[in-house]
Amino acid sequence: MTWFVARKLVGMVLTMLVTSFLVFASLYVAPGDPLDFLLQGRSPTPEMVAAVSEQYGLDDPFLVQYWHWLVGVLHLDFGRSLQFREDVAHLIGARVPTTLGLILMSGTMICVFGLAVGIAGALTAGRVYDRALLVLSTVLAAIPSFVAAIILISVFSVRLGWFPTSGAGEGLADRIYHLFLPAVALSLTFIALVSRVTRSSMLDELRREHVEVALSRGMTTRSVIRRHVLRNALGPILTITGLLVAGLLVASAVVETAFSLNGMGSLLVQSVDKQDFAIVQAIVLLVVFAFVIVNTVVDIAYPFIDPRVTAGPGAR
Amino acid sequence: MSVLIGVQPRAGRMSRLRSFGGNWLFALSCAVLVGFVLLAVLAPLLAPYPPDATDLLNSLAPPSPEHWLGTNQVGQDTLSRLIYGSRTSLVGPLMIVVLSTLLGIALGLVAGWRGGWVDAALSRVFDIMFAFPGLLLAILAVALFGKGLAAPVVAMSVAYTPFVARLVRSLVMQAKARPYIAAYAVQGFGAAHVAGRRLLPNIAPTVLAQSTLNFGYAVIDLAALSFLGLGVQPPTPDWGAMINEGRGAILAGTPLSAVAPALAIIIVVVAFNVVGEEIADRLAGRDL
Repeated sequence: MTWFVARKLVGMVLTMLVTSFLVFASLYVAPGDPLDFLLQGRSPTPEMVAAVSEQYGLDDPFLVQYWHWLVGVLHLDFGRSLQFREDVAHLIGARVPTTLGLILMSGTMICVFGLAVGIAGALTAGRVYDRALLVLSTVLAAIPSFVAAIILISVFSVRLGWFPTSGAGEGLADRIYHLFLPAVALSLTFIALVSRVTRSSMLDELRREHVEVALSRGMTTRSVIRRHVLRNALGPILTITGLLVAGLLVASAVVETAFSLNGMGSLLVQSVDKQDFAIVQAIVLLVVFAFVIVNTVVDIAYPFIDPRVTAGPGAR
Repeated sequence: MSVLIGVQPRAGRMSRLRSFGGNWLFALSCAVLVGFVLLAVLAPLLAPYPPDATDLLNSLAPPSPEHWLGTNQVGQDTLSRLIYGSRTSLVGPLMIVVLSTLLGIALGLVAGWRGGWVDAALSRVFDIMFAFPGLLLAILAVALFGKGLAAPVVAMSVAYTPFVARLVRSLVMQAKARPYIAAYAVQGFGAAHVAGRRLLPNIAPTVLAQSTLNFGYAVIDLAALSFLGLGVQPPTPDWGAMINEGRGAILAGTPLSAVAPALAIIIVVVAFNVVGEEIADRLAGRDL
């Protein structure tokens, strides 16, 4: 078991190394000289030129530059923003709470409603209720988050005036109130996906013999569902949830922009617009790292949640 | 933004949808897609106005006999922009799907056919590619190469490739074990001939199902990019860009110029999903 975890962790670090190299090297894929690219659209002062050359070590050999940048990233030093004249880490840090709050809220909605709808569908399989849910999830899965966002704003904020159209709010209760519609916009597609996977995974389990045996021995349906069906069905649900995390982070960029929230995602979009590459690089790297880390955690957790999946040869 | 869910070659996966809607749902979806393609091709004949003709005296007009879907903030006819917008909104995803399918087939075929270290190395590459979601890679591409459609289309093609490649790889590995492949080898056909001419046609329909689903996701991702103001630039009509332009109109309480393209996106994506899943369903359990 220790070996399995160690191997997964080594794989994760290697993947992070390769992805960080790709994100760094992308600077050299851009047309033109890296210095001109970083400064584009600005009339640089000599100090700015010196600062940017210094930050990226543009006079060093390529691999040395990457090494310096990587060491900086590991110390949470992402360089300075040209647009805001501030540390990138500080700029991002100030916006993390909004994005995190949004993701936590919609993550909760996705888990609660995704599981609930999926389980309800599986238990009523084939009946009208199940079929209605199925059609609904087909449509929900096709609604992009920005479309959901503008429809929600149009109906609940403008027409009915129940919710604010923008901003993240102050204090906990106000924050939850402000982030409610954005979280719904972010969740809809994912609820549809999670409920579908839950439904089919539950149905696979419900059809198995041990469930029938447990029922025939007089165990209540409720406890059979909870102890035998749901537990066994958790594996695929966990996997899809891991895959959704990256999607959620990227989609939050769109939702934050639609609701004018000051989060990490909208900062990414603004920075692309203002050609502030240090910020773009940092946020892209963080999203990719988040995806790699969450998926490693899911891989490691899988054998614990579903012991039928052994952790590869030599496990335990 | 969207998460690609692979086609699972498992029997009876979506038969529930078929049992609900029957084949008419599939037929309707096909008709919808053909309709949108015709709309894109025949745009100049069908659109009542040029898409960029402005009529400032008539801005944010409600639906009327002159403007069936009203006008936007600068008085452009929403229906005309919707019709012309189907061009950029469908051509971009088409290119993404074609590129990623070709690239995915090539890589997946090599990985599945050769096996061994080639497969192991390519699988690592796919794992790393999975860490860059399509929209994120497209945003990075815009940061590097500037706004527009070209760079994001290439970036998203790369991001969509591993989904196709992984499917092709597993299909090739299944099919490779079948006797007919060995029979061709015994008859002296070269590996390239057997893999390309004999094996590929057998797995192509399943790949087509995945690509059809990918088309829907690509529509969403490219529209999202244009909505963020990083893709198609105004005044070029595009569904995602129209929604972005219409944000002010929504706050003013006249949302039609943004809601109309939003509905168009949903309808097209639902149609692609229904068609893709129906194809996958009909192919489920088929011998390779």
